[in-house]
Amino acid sequence: MKQPTLLKDSSEELYSFQSRLLIALLVVFVAFGGLVARFVYLQVVQHEHYQTLAESNRISIVPIAPNRGLIYDRNGVLLAHNYSAYTLEITPSKVGDLDQTLTELDKIVEITAKDRKRFKKLQEESKNFESLPIKTRLTDEEVARFAANRYRFPGVEINARLFRHYPHGDSASHLIGYIGRINDKDLAQIESSDQATNYRGTDHIGKSGLEQSYERELHGTTGYAEVETDAGGRPMRTLRTRAPVAGNNLVLSVDMELQKIVEQAFGNRRGALVAIEPASGGVLAMVSRPGFDPNLFVDGIDPQNWKELNESDDKPLNNRAIQGTYPPGSTFKPFMALAALETGKRTAAQAIADPGFYNFGGHRFRDDKPGGHGYVDMYRSIVVSCDTYYYQLATDMGIDAIARFMGELGFGSRTGVDVDGEKTGVLPSPEWKRKRFRKPEMQKWYAGETVSIGIGQGYNAYTPMQLAHAVSTLANDGVVFKPHIVRFVEDPLTSRRRAIEPTPIKTLPLQQKNIDVIKRGMIGVNTEGTGARAFAGAQYVAAGKTGTAQVFSLKGSKYSEHGTKEHLRDHALYVAFAPAEQPKIALAVLVENGGFGAQSAAPIARQVFDYYLLGKRPATPAVEDDSAGDSQ
Amino acid sequence: MIQRLWHLFVRNLDGPLLLLALLLMLVNLAVLFSASNQSVERIIAQLMNMSVALTVMWLAANISPQKMMGLAPPVYLLGLVMLVGVAVAGDVVNGARRWLHVGVTRIQPSEIMKIALPMMLAWYFQRQQASLRMKDFAVAALLMALPLGLILKQPDLGTAILVGAASFYVMFLAGLSSRIVWLMVIAGVGGIYFVTHWDLCIKLFHDYQCRRVATMLDPMEDPLGAGYHTIQGTIAIGSGGVLGKGWLAGTQTHLDFIPERTTDFIFAVFAEEFGLIGNTVLLVLYLLVIARGLFIASKASNFFGRLMAGAIALSFFTYAFVNMGMVSGILPVVGVPLPLISYGGTALVTLLLGFGILMSIHAHRKLVQS
Repeated sequence: MKQPTLLKDSSEELYSFQSRLLIALLVVFVAFGGLVARFVYLQVVQHEHYQTLAESNRISIVPIAPNRGLIYDRNGVLLAHNYSAYTLEITPSKVGDLDQTLTELDKIVEITAKDRKRFKKLQEESKNFESLPIKTRLTDEEVARFAANRYRFPGVEINARLFRHYPHGDSASHLIGYIGRINDKDLAQIESSDQATNYRGTDHIGKSGLEQSYERELHGTTGYAEVETDAGGRPMRTLRTRAPVAGNNLVLSVDMELQKIVEQAFGNRRGALVAIEPASGGVLAMVSRPGFDPNLFVDGIDPQNWKELNESDDKPLNNRAIQGTYPPGSTFKPFMALAALETGKRTAAQAIADPGFYNFGGHRFRDDKPGGHGYVDMYRSIVVSCDTYYYQLATDMGIDAIARFMGELGFGSRTGVDVDGEKTGVLPSPEWKRKRFRKPEMQKWYAGETVSIGIGQGYNAYTPMQLAHAVSTLANDGVVFKPHIVRFVEDPLTSRRRAIEPTPIKTLPLQQKNIDVIKRGMIGVNTEGTGARAFAGAQYVAAGKTGTAQVFSLKGSKYSEHGTKEHLRDHALYVAFAPAEQPKIALAVLVENGGFGAQSAAPIARQVFDYYLLGKRPATPAVEDDSAGDSQ
Repeated sequence: MIQRLWHLFVRNLDGPLLLLALLLMLVNLAVLFSASNQSVERIIAQLMNMSVALTVMWLAANISPQKMMGLAPPVYLLGLVMLVGVAVAGDVVNGARRWLHVGVTRIQPSEIMKIALPMMLAWYFQRQQASLRMKDFAVAALLMALPLGLILKQPDLGTAILVGAASFYVMFLAGLSSRIVWLMVIAGVGGIYFVTHWDLCIKLFHDYQCRRVATMLDPMEDPLGAGYHTIQGTIAIGSGGVLGKGWLAGTQTHLDFIPERTTDFIFAVFAEEFGLIGNTVLLVLYLLVIARGLFIASKASNFFGRLMAGAIALSFFTYAFVNMGMVSGILPVVGVPLPLISYGGTALVTLLLGFGILMSIHAHRKLVQS
């Protein structure tokens, strides 16, 4: 590099380098000069201004909580909204004797024992310097009376606040969920997700349902006001504000009308229903009965109501649609039949002669019909729900092949629906058993266990959501959509909508001719089989399958509905989609301890279809009386 | 004997730079003591950081520029690999993926790039020195874009600005055509302005798109937080006046009004307690560091040394200007510490490593020429 010819070049280059250094130095001087100018401005010109601000600490930054987003159903029916009301609030740390204050306060504004208990509970859950509501929704008269006596109560004040309200009460309560006051656990969660500043000024957070899973959308962005205060800290005037950005609204795919029809159809029975639009995965209805009133939770639930809800045998707080797991019973059979066709274990025409039982390993597995169904091919096996056919099929396929096929359909894994708390259920397999049990003799898979897997019993346990999801996939000819409850997220100012896109997750490699066989069988169920009675006179073609899931093993003796205690009675199930040729709706219904599926579950599905496809509202409740059907 | 050892120990150290560094670190300890509400533990922890950083500086001063040049490509590659590692398997802290586990400790690879990238560029330009063409600047731009993109993705806007600025200085000093220099300055400043100013962004794009970009680049970004920081920062500076409120007597500081007052916002504490005079002294100290660095650059024996020294001096300027600018409210709030004064070990080590490199370049200026 030290060739003499380059010498001239490099001295030129050196010159250019040094001129660039000079330019840089100039930039440094200018920039530092700018800083000096800024310092002079702040520390000399504006010094007095800032001096006063600092000395009396006159500026405080007051957060302005954003309005929480609203929730609408698919037709614009309002499901959750905010309203403004006056609350009486106490800051415990500023109050000397709390009990004394409450007693005095009671003379002006009535404080019930319930209010006191609720306040105690709130106080335990929060920090002492927070302002906590003792009584919400004050009347104008109460406000006036307290205002006149305010001077007597330091640490007690009236605030106008926004309240969340769920106008439909216990309808769709699991789905919408509720908000509640932020507790320590929520706070840790907020801090770890770096949202602490955004939650300054916010008292409530989504605790369950969509309120919880869409918290980020619903909450919005906190604004702030720069407020000048006097020496006592009372605000004098606002210098500058940054308006909060209200949370986004949610528009659901759920049809609230449909949801209510289902809820009425359930009456006071326990159970769940999930209805899905197959072509998008949009959830049309998601019912879990019994429900609860989410409004109770908003300002802290009082201990008595909490006890009632939490300790009830009916478990109203459970969202059965995604948290309850049940054996699918005979609703599993269409999927078993499809598995048989796809794996080549059966053809549609292959038939058995059903004697009414199936012997395996010295044990007799009974069919529901004592004398057997006689000659049964695949179509009839679905239509009459022949157990023997599926006992044999399960043994022929083997547990591994069953688990693999059902796993693809989503059984035993979360569907990913957009509310939290979904259970996985149990897709039985030797591998699952190894993980589930600790004792070596329990870990082994016995061939005899495979037999009852074929009719949806045994270890099988799925959520109604999984079942509806699988039916929807079948109705959709194998295209799998992720179920979603929220259809749009809407900007409340511009009304601009962002769609939660229906995304096909995958397409199962199923042969159309096999799917058609299963669909024909399921149509047969409703025309000449176990669902024929519920669907008599329907103006559309519905495909379905009834099911009854054993809660209690009777060890060989004949099951009698009347002779069994209510909570040990069988669960009734029904899965269906309609119209069969181009499905618009697919669903799964479960009625806990409802007995036969044809009797108590299928009529609910009929009402759903009648309303959703024809706009017909039910005239009579969907309950059939206890006159027995011989169906399963 | 002892004298000879001492001579060996100090022969590569540069007196003026060392003196300035020690003075600034003295200021550091004084302000930190006040800002941490007189926490002795903090002072001890910072003294540990300082000794580590000074050791690193001494080591760097004793590595000849030739050896350094040889190290440039492997260190750059290592840094790049670690940045990819962060993107794939890094630890998330405060919503940003910046840290990487290496054996027992975890490091922030983006910090390495503050030195490694300008060094790589200087190495590349030195090799092509005889015939520097546009093509070479394109290669340099690519060498710069890779790590910069990865750092922005973490996201870490503050570090990206410092790394980007350092490599820009190398290119500028290497003789990049002035038209492109202007273009890069406008693009860089405009880009930073744009992502830190919501109102402007919202006019042109969807609200949620802006939010996505903003949170992508800086997860700490939130209007309440940033606005609050700046307001309290300017109140503290302004109330300091000409003479300041005196050491340990800043009311804003001690009433907890200044957030992050030992780290990114420590300048607010300094300005409140030492006033305009203190600020001016600090600016002069910084200016002397920069001037010394540029002087070393002008005397350096080869292209690599010149570019490296210039880039280090100007990077130091960037730290100081961006930090003081953001605390006093004329620049957007991005996470850049006040050089040699903010609490924390990482930035201190990087900065003194830079000092060490400057010292080495200066100490070896004659060895190469002869």
